[in-house]
Amino acid sequence: MREIIRAALVIARRDYAATVFSKAFVLFLLFPLLPVIAGVGFGAMGASQDREALHPTVAVIAAPETAAAIGHAGARLIERLGPRALPRLRMVMPDGAEAVQVKRLLADGGGRGVVAVLTGGLDRPTLTGSRGGIGSVGGDIGLVLDSARQMRALDGRVPPVVDVVERPVDRAAGTDRSGRTLIARAGQFLLMFLTMILAGMLLSNMIEEKSSKVIEVLAAAVPVDAIFLGKLFAMLAMSFTGIAVWGGTVLTGLALVAGQLPAVPAPAVGWPLFLVLGLAYFTTLFLLLGALFIGIGGQAASPREVQMMSLPVTMGQMGVLAFASSSLGAPQSAMGIAAALFPWSSPFAMLARAAQGPALWPHLLAIGWQLIWVAVIVRIAAGLFRRSVLKSGGGGWFGRFRRRGMKPAV
Amino acid sequence: MDAIVAEGLVKSFDGKRAVDGISLRVPEGAIFGVLGPNGAGKTTTLRMLLGIIDPDAGHRTLLGEARPIRAAHHVGYLPEERGLYPAMTAREAVAFMGALRGLPLREGRVRADALLEEAGLGDSRLKPIRTLSKGMAQTVQLLGTIVHRPRLIVLDEPFSGLDALNQGRLEGLIRGQAREGVTVLFSTHVIAHAERLCERIAIIAGGRVRFDGSVDEARGRLRPQVRVRTRAADGAWRAALPADAVTEGNGWSFALPESGVEPLLKALIDGGAGIETLSIERPGLHDAFVAIAGAAVAAELDAQKEPVA
Repeated sequence: MREIIRAALVIARRDYAATVFSKAFVLFLLFPLLPVIAGVGFGAMGASQDREALHPTVAVIAAPETAAAIGHAGARLIERLGPRALPRLRMVMPDGAEAVQVKRLLADGGGRGVVAVLTGGLDRPTLTGSRGGIGSVGGDIGLVLDSARQMRALDGRVPPVVDVVERPVDRAAGTDRSGRTLIARAGQFLLMFLTMILAGMLLSNMIEEKSSKVIEVLAAAVPVDAIFLGKLFAMLAMSFTGIAVWGGTVLTGLALVAGQLPAVPAPAVGWPLFLVLGLAYFTTLFLLLGALFIGIGGQAASPREVQMMSLPVTMGQMGVLAFASSSLGAPQSAMGIAAALFPWSSPFAMLARAAQGPALWPHLLAIGWQLIWVAVIVRIAAGLFRRSVLKSGGGGWFGRFRRRGMKPAV
Repeated sequence: MDAIVAEGLVKSFDGKRAVDGISLRVPEGAIFGVLGPNGAGKTTTLRMLLGIIDPDAGHRTLLGEARPIRAAHHVGYLPEERGLYPAMTAREAVAFMGALRGLPLREGRVRADALLEEAGLGDSRLKPIRTLSKGMAQTVQLLGTIVHRPRLIVLDEPFSGLDALNQGRLEGLIRGQAREGVTVLFSTHVIAHAERLCERIAIIAGGRVRFDGSVDEARGRLRPQVRVRTRAADGAWRAALPADAVTEGNGWSFALPESGVEPLLKALIDGGAGIETLSIERPGLHDAFVAIAGAAVAAELDAQKEPVA
């Protein structure tokens, strides 16, 4: 075992250096960041424009006194609910036939178009507009009118806005539950995203050795298990390099907008442990998928064959994520336990558990379980590689099947 | 003690038997040649001996280890299909191959520098393999085979692709390693190299060992060739020549009769043949190889014959 690890590290070091000091790796690091940077940049620009465009305006046709009462009530509610909680009110003096004026206001495309027009004052209010427009602002306008009528009834003796003292606490069951579900989903998505980015690299990993004939030199010098393990270690180190760069960029971005971020509840095991477990599950998932992908990719004779393998592999990854996500709210259900036991969905399921439950021992068990499977897959993949690529052994049913498949049609 | 012992090795691919019960013993410190035409099963045999592939039947030990990979630190291997990472520098490639066999990288780099310098590649040590010529790259790989100072070197067709100068250098290197007590096993289908280098050889054809012994023993399997040139073109003396004598212009060649050369000489002199030249030549390894491996192999060998340095 010691010799296998030693040899694996020699191979890993070579692979890591060969990849990291290449131009392609710089592109590999930058590409996932480009859509994020573009998304954040364009999103920020677009968001301010969207906010303006999406904030609806309601025209209020009313005499000055009524308009003032409605406007005052609206302002009071905005003071309590926030500036974007209610539709914008545009006061319009009555001008001729009401129906005509309403029609003209609704048709006016210049400036900020109105979604609805309020007529009839406080006593017989009527809201005219499209069904969607009325649906989106009807409740809010009703609230404003209720408030205006109450203020009129109090006849100037309106009490000041109540000053609610806010006393934040660390935990509240309701917010914790929804927040942790969100963290669980985000964690699973991040795992999926990172492994998907690296899947292609894993699949094509043995092609270099096979095309440059180095595989013969390696196979004569070290056990095939060590070759696979070395490649896995190298890919893992590369992925950590990528995560460090991408994570650093994201953290820098977050630090810049730290004040504007909503408070996020902590996962059940706490942030530090959650991050450690996240890294541990990423490692085991990466090793599990990597062992499988290198094994599958090792059978490919050319980059074209690797490309053909990529699609079913990606579909498989999506399926595993869906399986693990399906039991997010019910980890103790049969589905939840199955997701935690099935090697490739286990890291997803267990990371979600770390977000949702405080128990630690299941994680130790799960990580051990997943590592056992890594060893099993590496052994199987190495055996398959020896049989089918190095032509050692009969190849079993798979070797016979593959050879039959490779024979040209006569 | 034997560096390599193989007994009854069998290997089939797709139902076709590539190696059919090969047994070998390679003494420690010997230069041992595995000869055979293309497709004879040489490479498959070497790959089984090194543990790259497992035999379907039979067993082998390498430096006393039943699992060849356990002896990997003491073995150097140059495969028939040369393989180096194209982006690696010559120095790193040599050190990497040593590291695979247990040599620390730092020490490997130091030794690589010395070996490359010695091989005349000192100026190229920091150049990527892809920028080197084929011969230079092959030399780099060969140096990677010996950088960790192995006890056994296995070279599969080491001379193929090398020019005459480099073939000579490689022969020198093999002799040098043997002088240091290293066992060298190499395969070739160019007999002259084996004849010059090997103490022992095995001739493989059709997946079987057809001969295993010293070069002298192989040559001893054939009777010496007599070549005689006469002044007279014809005469009664011709009856004294063996029936299978082959005419070569004004001369004849034939295997030395069991009765020796003296009765023949007397008959030629008495018959007035007028002997111009007469030589008795020991058969070469090539002749022995052809005879041992059979006529089919001979035809194949003639077609593949390469110029020798």
